[in-house]
Amino acid sequence: MTSRDPQLVTISLNGTEHQVPEGQMIIKAAQDNGTYIPRFCWHERMNPVGMCRMCLVEIETPRGKAMVTACTNAVADGMFVDTESTEVKKAQEAILEFLLANHPLDCPVCDKGGECPLQDQALAYGPGESRFVEIKRNYEKPIPISDLVLLDRERCILCARCTRFSDEISGDPLIEFKDRGNTTQVNTFPDLPFSSYFSGNTVQICPVGALTAKPYRFRARPWDLQKVESSSMFDTAHPRIEIHSSQNEILRYTGVDNDHTNHGWLSDKDRFGFEYLRSDKRLTRPLVKRDGEMVEVDWHEALDMVANRLALIRSEDGGETTAIVGGAHGTNEDAYALSRFASDVLGTPHVDVRLDDSLASHFLAATVDRAVISDVDRADTILVWAPDLKEEHPTLYLRVRRAAQELGKTLVVVHPRATGLDDRAAHKLTYRPGGGFALLDEFGSGAHPDIDAALSADDVVVIVGAPGHADGPKLAEAVAARIRDLAGRARILPLNSRANTFGALDMGLAPDLEPGRVARKRPGKDTRQIMEALDKGEIRALVLVGADPVRDMPDPRVAAEGLLSAEYVVAIDLFHNESNAHADVILPAAGFAEKEGTVTNLEGRVQKVNRVRPAPGFARSDWSILDDLAARMDAPLGLVSEEKIAKEISENVALYAGVTHDYLEWEARDGVVVPIEGSQPFEYIPVALKGSSEPGAQFVLHSARTMYDDGVRLRFSPSLHPLAPGAVAHLNPADAPSIGLSHGSTVRVTTSQGEGEFTAALDEGTPPGVVYVPFNQSGGASLGSDPVVRVKVLT
Amino acid sequence: MSTLLITKRMTDHPTDSHTIDRYEGTGGYAQAKRALGLSRDELVEEVKASGLLGRGGAAFSAGLKWSFLAPDRPSYLVINGDESEPGTFKDRQLLERDPHQMIEGIIITAIANEVHHAFVYIRGEYPKPARRVQTAIDEAYARGYLGRGIFGSDYDLELTVHLGGGAYICGEETALINSLEGLRGEPRLKPPYFPAAKGLYMKPTIVNNVETVSNLPHILGMGADSYSGLTDSADTGTFMMSLSGHVNRPGNYELPHGITWRDLIYDIGGGMRNDKELKAWIPGGASAPWFIPSNHLDLEITKDATAAAGSMLGSGAVIVMDEDTCMVRAAERVVRFFSHESCGQCTPCREGTTWMEMILRRIEDGEGRAVDLDLLVDVSDGISIDLAWPPKMTTICPLGPSAVSPIIALRDYFRDEVQEHVVRRGCWFPGAAVKSGGASPQTPRSPGVVDVSIQGRSPAVVVSEGDRGEGPG
Repeated sequence: MTSRDPQLVTISLNGTEHQVPEGQMIIKAAQDNGTYIPRFCWHERMNPVGMCRMCLVEIETPRGKAMVTACTNAVADGMFVDTESTEVKKAQEAILEFLLANHPLDCPVCDKGGECPLQDQALAYGPGESRFVEIKRNYEKPIPISDLVLLDRERCILCARCTRFSDEISGDPLIEFKDRGNTTQVNTFPDLPFSSYFSGNTVQICPVGALTAKPYRFRARPWDLQKVESSSMFDTAHPRIEIHSSQNEILRYTGVDNDHTNHGWLSDKDRFGFEYLRSDKRLTRPLVKRDGEMVEVDWHEALDMVANRLALIRSEDGGETTAIVGGAHGTNEDAYALSRFASDVLGTPHVDVRLDDSLASHFLAATVDRAVISDVDRADTILVWAPDLKEEHPTLYLRVRRAAQELGKTLVVVHPRATGLDDRAAHKLTYRPGGGFALLDEFGSGAHPDIDAALSADDVVVIVGAPGHADGPKLAEAVAARIRDLAGRARILPLNSRANTFGALDMGLAPDLEPGRVARKRPGKDTRQIMEALDKGEIRALVLVGADPVRDMPDPRVAAEGLLSAEYVVAIDLFHNESNAHADVILPAAGFAEKEGTVTNLEGRVQKVNRVRPAPGFARSDWSILDDLAARMDAPLGLVSEEKIAKEISENVALYAGVTHDYLEWEARDGVVVPIEGSQPFEYIPVALKGSSEPGAQFVLHSARTMYDDGVRLRFSPSLHPLAPGAVAHLNPADAPSIGLSHGSTVRVTTSQGEGEFTAALDEGTPPGVVYVPFNQSGGASLGSDPVVRVKVLT
Repeated sequence: MSTLLITKRMTDHPTDSHTIDRYEGTGGYAQAKRALGLSRDELVEEVKASGLLGRGGAAFSAGLKWSFLAPDRPSYLVINGDESEPGTFKDRQLLERDPHQMIEGIIITAIANEVHHAFVYIRGEYPKPARRVQTAIDEAYARGYLGRGIFGSDYDLELTVHLGGGAYICGEETALINSLEGLRGEPRLKPPYFPAAKGLYMKPTIVNNVETVSNLPHILGMGADSYSGLTDSADTGTFMMSLSGHVNRPGNYELPHGITWRDLIYDIGGGMRNDKELKAWIPGGASAPWFIPSNHLDLEITKDATAAAGSMLGSGAVIVMDEDTCMVRAAERVVRFFSHESCGQCTPCREGTTWMEMILRRIEDGEGRAVDLDLLVDVSDGISIDLAWPPKMTTICPLGPSAVSPIIALRDYFRDEVQEHVVRRGCWFPGAAVKSGGASPQTPRSPGVVDVSIQGRSPAVVVSEGDRGEGPG
């Protein structure tokens, strides 16, 4: 894989010779060769600090014998390493006695008890008893250091894993050591909570129970937990997780180290975003509208009604008068079933998984010179002209951050405002929303010589997506095309919201794509066109699958009008939402972890997700609902199980050849990028577009998603929903005097597509002349995609 | 025996030795000018040949240290004036009384190591020395001896004073570098952060002690051969000793190597105060294992002889204890110092030194157990394996193992005294408190507190000014 294999050296490890890579730390070399050296502070994904001293080993080099920490000393040719000598054992016992001297030993009431490295290693390497008869250190405990995390300083062994994580990995160093010596303690800075999007990782890597997270505190004992691997379906990178449940209730997720995606890290949304599954607001029975009221009915009645009505419309005006929107939150199996339902049962090309906020489907699905996530580790330059990765693509954010910080890659960030990566960017360009094309035209012209040089490197990874609503989806294609001209080799990583959009596109849930990224001969309508056609009566019926276009489309009026005018709306969903409020029938669906299947992430990696709990009430998987409907409409799909559907996909969709559940479970646990081998079936030829330029108005709108918003899954996740920023409009302090604004004022923000009241936040990260409004917030109106905006101060 | 080098000017001109006029009037800055004409190799070789050992505590060859400087540039020079070892007060005198001598040494060191920005890190509790140094630096800048094109050459050298924040650990060179960078004062890992390779701002850095560089004008002035010929001992030149404790004439003395401890305590130090018996002394600062008269009084004061006897000369601080000194209390005081000054970074030092302090206090307070001395030795063993000398550390830096030194003395020389504390349920020496912390008026001066108020009249004639307060700088 790598071009430069590291030089191998020979070491003797407890008397056995091993070939290990030069420069590797002893602890890692030993671990890779089957010898576990106990440790607390060392973590494979972070820089060593040598603080806990647990990994002391004896080495013998030409310069003599020495006791050294295995985590900070590299192997050298001819080195003798002894991890089991009497001296080493003595040192290990001493360190553990020291660590336990002030440890409260409250294991019976500690969440970590049973899976605690301190407990485990005290048993395996400790002296067995303590001679410490003095009074132990006392601290107030626990203290909340953020809305999610609590700190118990008495249990803390000061290993610096959490502080290093927040500094080195997530880039928000909000926790640090204070005081010194015996009273050294981890703490936050005064008035600055540990409000990191990644705080939960510190809980997972804490080697004792010093850090605990609210959603899991005191809820289970580790030995009672059932553990099943899966992939998170918030982040489109699909970070690998382990789902821990007890008695059918999901209690927590932990990150699993997948070299290709998340390195074990999770955003707090991916880690704690499971509470909605057990919400008592879940839909559990089919609902049909009778006399303007939704009433519960049984499945037979609901399915008969839907099948009869859709069949009637099909027979009267043809299947093309029914459209399908959604499918981004399900599995590939669900999406495939939906795709077949559209083509084989309805015969309609009007299917779209996107909600008018996305790059073109042919571009998203393009596979020529497409980058995988780990390419950022190998590139010379990384260009990010996309949404703020920290807000919308947390796994990718951490990978790009690491590539710039630890691997020294040149990072170029282009965005309408401050982003989470700016502090690691070699070059940052900020532009007025809507001015993206004009800025792109300057690339390669000598206007930005440093950036031109960086982008002309041999190997550039281009991460593109819609930075906000103002710049049209074509901008990303134009960026990709331009960098392909500049760079020696440019690999493109296109981004999109919603977890399984890429899988759904591969299954053909796009008006211009058939399953397998094959172009349709007769393209159908996209979501916006479907809504407009519903409004005009050209399309009579709509099937909504796990989608809330009224909240999620940039221009909510289009969705609302379409749904209001629709003759017949069927929704398959987990919750009531503002879109399925217009539905005639709502069918309750099984959610994440309630069904198994495969999902495809933004780089085309297919991974398996698994079932750990039954769906509540009578909720069912999308595919089985669709299969029943199809049978009632005299066009049976013959779907039997997720596993059989995956097999069918692997046989019918060339791109997914060979990708079966068995393959993913037994041969490719970390997933596989499709196609496994062979040529790519689809090529994109993006063209640079000129024309649109940023409007000359006093204020332009930058509307973009944040990690926490008012999306339906978060709305029913009580630990996370309060973390959303709410209805806030950010402006630069320099703009405040001209309109008489102060921090905390109430402002009315108006565009041609919407208006609403927001709390003003003065913020240096938002450039002058820009109004930044986080999208889809509780209490915040949608302002559409028109960048011209008026701001009126109310109070 | 009476050659004075680095304290000669302040001895001859006690009122104005710190001024640039006096310094130049007595031959100052001539060697810095001459160094500009010498190559790095020539300077390094000269200092190597002089045999000059670092005076900060480790006694490592200064020339050899310079020769390790990695080729990466820029390189930095940091002068360690964070003199915080209990009992040590020599650098204070050099900083305060002859700052230009140090500055000239800095210029020579900078030239030898191709440094264009040097720092003097002075402990924050030394306001007057720091002011004197800053004034001297200002004078040197004004005359063109520092700054752009020093002495009319094309060599630039900036010199910046930085004050510490009150942490002993910042005298450890890598912790000092961290502190200088604005980080927590915690030692760095070696490897990979050897200052000569990756020091200040990850660039090659020379860290030298105040006294070390103060010797350089003399070495260049008299030549390496003459300097190394000053004594018959393997240790060359003169060295400063800070003598304190229960002697009649405590103070700073510039001495030739090769005298014995008996010479130092009974001759130069004027003998024991009130004619008490000598019980023990710390030969090289609080970090050094203790000596006792029956074993060590006639040893030569040289690096090798001291090391062979299981201790070190360290920073040259000699703390003398008489027969009325409780060894448990003295040990507790030293251990408490290290426990208080532990940075907290690594487990054995953070937990071990505090634990040792607690045990010692228990013994002193009459709550000791028969097993406690063995426990102390065991706890020490976890910090400094086998209590060996030099220490085999389980820690990142030598601070933790330094706290073990008094325990070695208790184990080897004062076991009976410790056990008697256990049997008699407390301490019978003058000043014993029922509970710790309540020192009575009769308490002998704690060994960590140094009396520098008596003027010495020994051949070495070194005076410690009586100005403890904020006299005019």
